[in-house]
Amino acid sequence: MSQRIPVTELTSGFRDRAEVALADGQLRTNFRTAMDSLMKKRADAFPDEEEREGLRELGNRIKARALSRLPDLLEQLEAKLTDNGVRVHWAETTEQANEIVHGIIQARQGSQVVKGKSMVSEEMEMNDYLAERGVECLESDMGEYIVQLDGEKPSHIIMPAIHKNRHQVARLFHDKLGVEETDDVNELIQIGRRTLRRKFMEADVGVSGVNFAIAETGTLLLVENEGNGRMSTTAPPVHIAVTGIEKVVENLRDVVPLLSLLTRSALGQPITTYVNMISGPRKADELDGPEEVHLVLLDNGRSGAFADAQMRQTLNCIRCGACMNHCPVYTRVGGHTYGEVYPGPIGKIITPHMVGLHEVPDHPSASSLCGACGEVCPVKIPIPELLQRLRQENVKSPAEGPKVKDGGAKYSRKERLIWRFWQTLNTSPGLYRLFLWGATRFRKLTPKNVGPWTENHTAPVPAKRSLHDLAREHLARNGGQ
Amino acid sequence: MNELFYDAAPNATRVAPERPGPRQYPAKPREVILFGTCVVDLFFPEAGLDAIRLLEREGIRVHFPEGQSCCGQPAWTSGYAAEAREVARAQLAVLDAGMPVVVPSGSCAGMFRQHYRELFAEEPDTLKRVASLAERTFELTEFLLNVCQVEWKDLGEPTRIALHTSCSARREMNTHLHARELLGKLANVERVDHDHESECCGFGGTFSVRMPEVSGAMVTDKTQSLMASGADEMVTADGGCLMNINGSLDKQQQAFRGRHLASFLWERVSGEGRA
Repeated sequence: MSQRIPVTELTSGFRDRAEVALADGQLRTNFRTAMDSLMKKRADAFPDEEEREGLRELGNRIKARALSRLPDLLEQLEAKLTDNGVRVHWAETTEQANEIVHGIIQARQGSQVVKGKSMVSEEMEMNDYLAERGVECLESDMGEYIVQLDGEKPSHIIMPAIHKNRHQVARLFHDKLGVEETDDVNELIQIGRRTLRRKFMEADVGVSGVNFAIAETGTLLLVENEGNGRMSTTAPPVHIAVTGIEKVVENLRDVVPLLSLLTRSALGQPITTYVNMISGPRKADELDGPEEVHLVLLDNGRSGAFADAQMRQTLNCIRCGACMNHCPVYTRVGGHTYGEVYPGPIGKIITPHMVGLHEVPDHPSASSLCGACGEVCPVKIPIPELLQRLRQENVKSPAEGPKVKDGGAKYSRKERLIWRFWQTLNTSPGLYRLFLWGATRFRKLTPKNVGPWTENHTAPVPAKRSLHDLAREHLARNGGQ
Repeated sequence: MNELFYDAAPNATRVAPERPGPRQYPAKPREVILFGTCVVDLFFPEAGLDAIRLLEREGIRVHFPEGQSCCGQPAWTSGYAAEAREVARAQLAVLDAGMPVVVPSGSCAGMFRQHYRELFAEEPDTLKRVASLAERTFELTEFLLNVCQVEWKDLGEPTRIALHTSCSARREMNTHLHARELLGKLANVERVDHDHESECCGFGGTFSVRMPEVSGAMVTDKTQSLMASGADEMVTADGGCLMNINGSLDKQQQAFRGRHLASFLWERVSGEGRA
């Protein structure tokens, strides 16, 4: 598989990549069209506002209840899965998770892996890790297959190839697979399927993610629409599921509302075409299913978020992608601009715990705090509030002890001084009025170029007289004060 | 496994706050305070004055405390909580008189109602005053609509306008609904929808200067959808959005403009046309 790194990753930061993305008309159109359609699908899937809001509240409370007992539930999950014959592995880092996965494959002398869609495996960069060790990893989700074929990373957590339109996919298939160029979507899917079908039969190991891990019964629940998840988890002799520790819920009853929230928020579906519930390897009297099932539970910074009462809410996430679908920033710059596994609003609040704020110093600022994400989040994560908190952690000095991994990435003595001055100005009425007087009196001297603002605007010119002035005069005349 | 949670507080799990019910509005008071906001103070003072006139027209005596400055939002959204808190404290002192506080900006009103309690979360005594301010704070359009229950005669010529609502106003104050209803009372005003109406204009306070590329793309899209709406002009009740949208239109050398809703409303009901 080619190791081409997308061009946008070669540039240094969010703003540079954003500039490249914003100049790409095709990309802008692809995202706008796709996001508009997804927003409409979600809206149509929740026709009753009262029901929707009630369900979101329920989802929030279910996740909060699960998180309040997270260590206990994880132990219960491990015990139940072990009873069911599933081997459970713990990984604090992605490196450890990869070693575990590779170890399992090695024990079977495996060389071919087929994967269902898994964002945790993207976190681990599992494909690259295994490829370096001579194991071929093939993505079987159509979108993932497309981005893998093009040497890219997913640009959306639900629809990995959403940045491409069908013409671009047609060209890609033509270039990489040598097939005739066709932009008939059904034909394109059939081309992908024919390639994948053979791989399902040949693979030594199937890898998948997990949507919900149910502690009470030791069940791994996986939703998908293509059947590739079921194939990946049942056809090969070994199934390895990888997931983050926050995916555990107490019982099957809890899953019902969460599943409804997930599929309706993500794609506007009442339910996905496939809902897989995996509770163990093939039993002696069964005809099919894998001989071994493993679960790798990955921390990768999640316990850091868990340790902070406010940030813990980040772990409510059920990975529906609605926040990015509704985000005016994501819609314009696309997923690759974020430069990390998780793009969009959820990416901005979860990535700092995984890689540290020094790696993603601009992520918290890349938001107008418009609140669209928080408004649609099915489990009511207060995303704007958490972004605001990350901004606070990001400007702290080392002495102030930032509470998020590698916080203080944007600490600047100069900017702090500017805000101190702003504080003085706005807490000293005399000084503030002097400022108003000066700014209005010398309005003609307002500079034409005021930094980044004048890239998009003309410079704002103060009025001739301030409201303080006008109001005083008006109210004196009208008998107010 | 448990070592992963070495410093976790097991009982620190938060649940989303209860959904607030519909706001209960008081009877029309005799006196109010106008909190002008810093952007209106410096850039759109006429809008502030028009807000005062609209309130006076309803028989309300308006006070404008001289000590007011900024609600603290720019520092708060930039992560400078300590600086924002001191500015907020100064406003709390100025607005402490127990009268309703009317704000011609949804986002500043939202700051008072939603975010001051986050700023002062560690100060129980201050929180009581914060709660009082939150209770007394009204965005101008909701105040005119639900407290004053205005009934207007539209003295203006027929016109078509697009309404832009700031995101914090929309999501924290429901201002878009209040403004729509107010505009609906004006017989000669036709409100037209614009494409992606509920989408952010890209201002976001310091976002507009920290991320000028993305912010610029957002405001360009917003101005284009406003111009394509067929409206004669845009009105908004937020100074920040107004500065953003008009600044962009001016840079694009477009004739189309927005103006503050207070000025538009005053012109319609007073019959005082202004250039």
